Amino acid sequence: MAEIIDMPKLSDTMSVGTLVKWNVKEGQAVAFGDILGEVETDKATMELSCTVPGTILKIYAPAGSQLPVGAPICAIGKKGEAAPAPGQAAPAPKAAAPAIPESTGIPCLPPAPAASAAPATQSDGSRAKVSPYAKRMAEKAAINAGALAGSGPGGRVVARDVTAAASAPATTAPTGPLNVAVAPPADGKGIQPDADVPVGGMRQTIARRLLESKITVPHFYLEVEVDAAPLMAMRESLNKRLAEAGGAEAVKLSVNDFILKASAEALRRVPAVNASWAGTSIRQHSAVHLSFGVALEDGLVTPVIRDAHAKTLKDIAVEAKSLIGKARSKKLSPAEMSGSTFTVTNLGMFGVTGFFGIINVPNAAILSVGATIKKPVVDAHDRLVVGHRMVIGLSGDHRVVDGANGAQFLQALKQLLEEPALMLI
Amino acid sequence: MPVISYREALRAAMREELKRDEKVVIMGEEVAQFNGAYKVTEGLLKEFGPKRVVDTPISEAGFIGLGIGASMLGIRPVMELMFWSFSYVAFDQIVNNAGNIRYMSGGLINCPIVIRGPANGGTNVGATHSHTPEAILASHPGIKVVCPATPYDAKGLLKAAIRDNDPVYVMENTILYNDKGEVPDEDYIVPLGVADVKRVGTDLTIVAHGRAVITSLKAAEILEQEHGVSVEVVDLRSIRPLDEETILASVRKTHRALLVEENKPFCGVDAQVAYLIQSKAFDELDAPIHRVSSIDAPQIYCKRLEDQQLPDVNRVVREALKVLA
Repeated sequence: MAEIIDMPKLSDTMSVGTLVKWNVKEGQAVAFGDILGEVETDKATMELSCTVPGTILKIYAPAGSQLPVGAPICAIGKKGEAAPAPGQAAPAPKAAAPAIPESTGIPCLPPAPAASAAPATQSDGSRAKVSPYAKRMAEKAAINAGALAGSGPGGRVVARDVTAAASAPATTAPTGPLNVAVAPPADGKGIQPDADVPVGGMRQTIARRLLESKITVPHFYLEVEVDAAPLMAMRESLNKRLAEAGGAEAVKLSVNDFILKASAEALRRVPAVNASWAGTSIRQHSAVHLSFGVALEDGLVTPVIRDAHAKTLKDIAVEAKSLIGKARSKKLSPAEMSGSTFTVTNLGMFGVTGFFGIINVPNAAILSVGATIKKPVVDAHDRLVVGHRMVIGLSGDHRVVDGANGAQFLQALKQLLEEPALMLI
Repeated sequence: MPVISYREALRAAMREELKRDEKVVIMGEEVAQFNGAYKVTEGLLKEFGPKRVVDTPISEAGFIGLGIGASMLGIRPVMELMFWSFSYVAFDQIVNNAGNIRYMSGGLINCPIVIRGPANGGTNVGATHSHTPEAILASHPGIKVVCPATPYDAKGLLKAAIRDNDPVYVMENTILYNDKGEVPDEDYIVPLGVADVKRVGTDLTIVAHGRAVITSLKAAEILEQEHGVSVEVVDLRSIRPLDEETILASVRKTHRALLVEENKPFCGVDAQVAYLIQSKAFDELDAPIHRVSSIDAPQIYCKRLEDQQLPDVNRVVREALKVLA
């Protein structure tokens, strides 16, 4: 009896999936555990495992098609059996989980189809034909060559197409739904060519979740300035030690690692901030699962360090590095991107002196760290001296965290950062 | 400047070199008393005598070997082959004894031989007389191969070949023998391994050698007049050593390349040129490299068909328009 394999629900928030590629074809025998193909969700691309041994009778979803969860994608049965017609409507996705949706973080950008980073892809995901010279020109002009209509043989995009696109006043991308007619600027050239850039999975999800956060969470903002000199000193001396020890001990601690550790400790002291709004209750979390922002080429992901309250500074540093590496090579698993109770973001490396992030629902707060800058400060003896100051912002969910709690948390954090030895007790 | 024929230019080169260097000797079938099968050596026996201009028996393996041996002992022979098609009976001499000797003797022996003669189809002489072996010869390290397309290049390249201390094989063309062009009276050479941009353009690069250059120049005219396209024509002049930089500089300018050759396509000269361009100028290409070669069949004997077999102007124009599409 043939079985129809449906588009699986690979994550709580998944509603549609794209069948990126098939590893098997009709008529092929498959065993339990064989990887049938790859499915792209709103967060990552996952392997589709075979759970029904047999022969692939029919593939309903051709590579590249996007289907709702529960829609039939293939049929497996005995060799020679007729493939069943995939008539039934897709079953409704599982009812939403109780009260708290799992914090899912900002999803990873799904890897480009066919694992090729370089070639331009057209809107339907197929490989665009672009001459080498045109590709070079397009890169220089910051134009997506694959989105252009090619006038060369076989629809190949050639140099003249790129030249036309670069100098055209109105947008020429044929795949954009909107053709915004923009009056050409007076001098004929803008700061970059007009373009309708198609929005991919990651950006869609960022847009949806952050809008949801901004609209539904009553944000309030607190700021504290921290004397970063003691932290710098400790960091330098610890890094020197670790470098001398060498081998397995050779981890370089970053400022962010210290802030992650200090945040976990500050949450231990002010646990009210390590909580989530649950409608009719507030859920206090026993563990601190810290997520932190990693900037990617065209977006951002927030991998999670679980049980940060129980990890040493070094453990946190090692784990953070590994997660950053995975984030950059798009290899984070959904488990590594979900379940946080608190988020830390840091724009100090970009010179931003202070800011307030948007809460990563269902966290109750988000910590935003700025750059350490030298500035004149008044010391304990009322003297004007050079200080190394770091501004830290806290955006809080006022349903869960009151001003006083938030302030206490920042006070604890400031203490821990200014007297790092306190993290030992 | 005097305007003379390709044939006369070759003759002038030989005459001047015979005068300049007493070691230069012209040898071949019918070169002396008959004044040359194609009259290229006309008058040379009269001027220089039988010790400088020598008739040989009809035995290419024999007399090429004779020339090679003489060259190892200090003579500078300029051997004529009535057709390069006849070189195959002397192939071992040409490729092994001449081509390898400097290498195999560790530099102790060199072979300053020149072998020259017509290497062309288009004269209705059939499959065994119409070979264009420039690619085959050029695939042997130790051998140099040149293909003059104009009287100016013919005189300059032959002189350079005669003065070179290693084997240089000159591919001439009986159809070009009557072409006229400006050729200086005085001594000059065209260096081996230097290509020549015969026509400057901006939209398309045509790379050609030998008579295909002349065909390409005609096609370029048509492309300009009737299609408004500006075509650059690069004449390789030397097949080996190959002037890579002139080819690449042209492709970098025009971004499209069409290769035209009278030799047969498989492993022809343009196969090498195409590899070169995609290897070293890939990112400059706005279109795939196109190629017009002789049609891949033994040289056709029926005249009307043979005319179609060689790349003609219309075929070059059509292919050029495809590259520009």
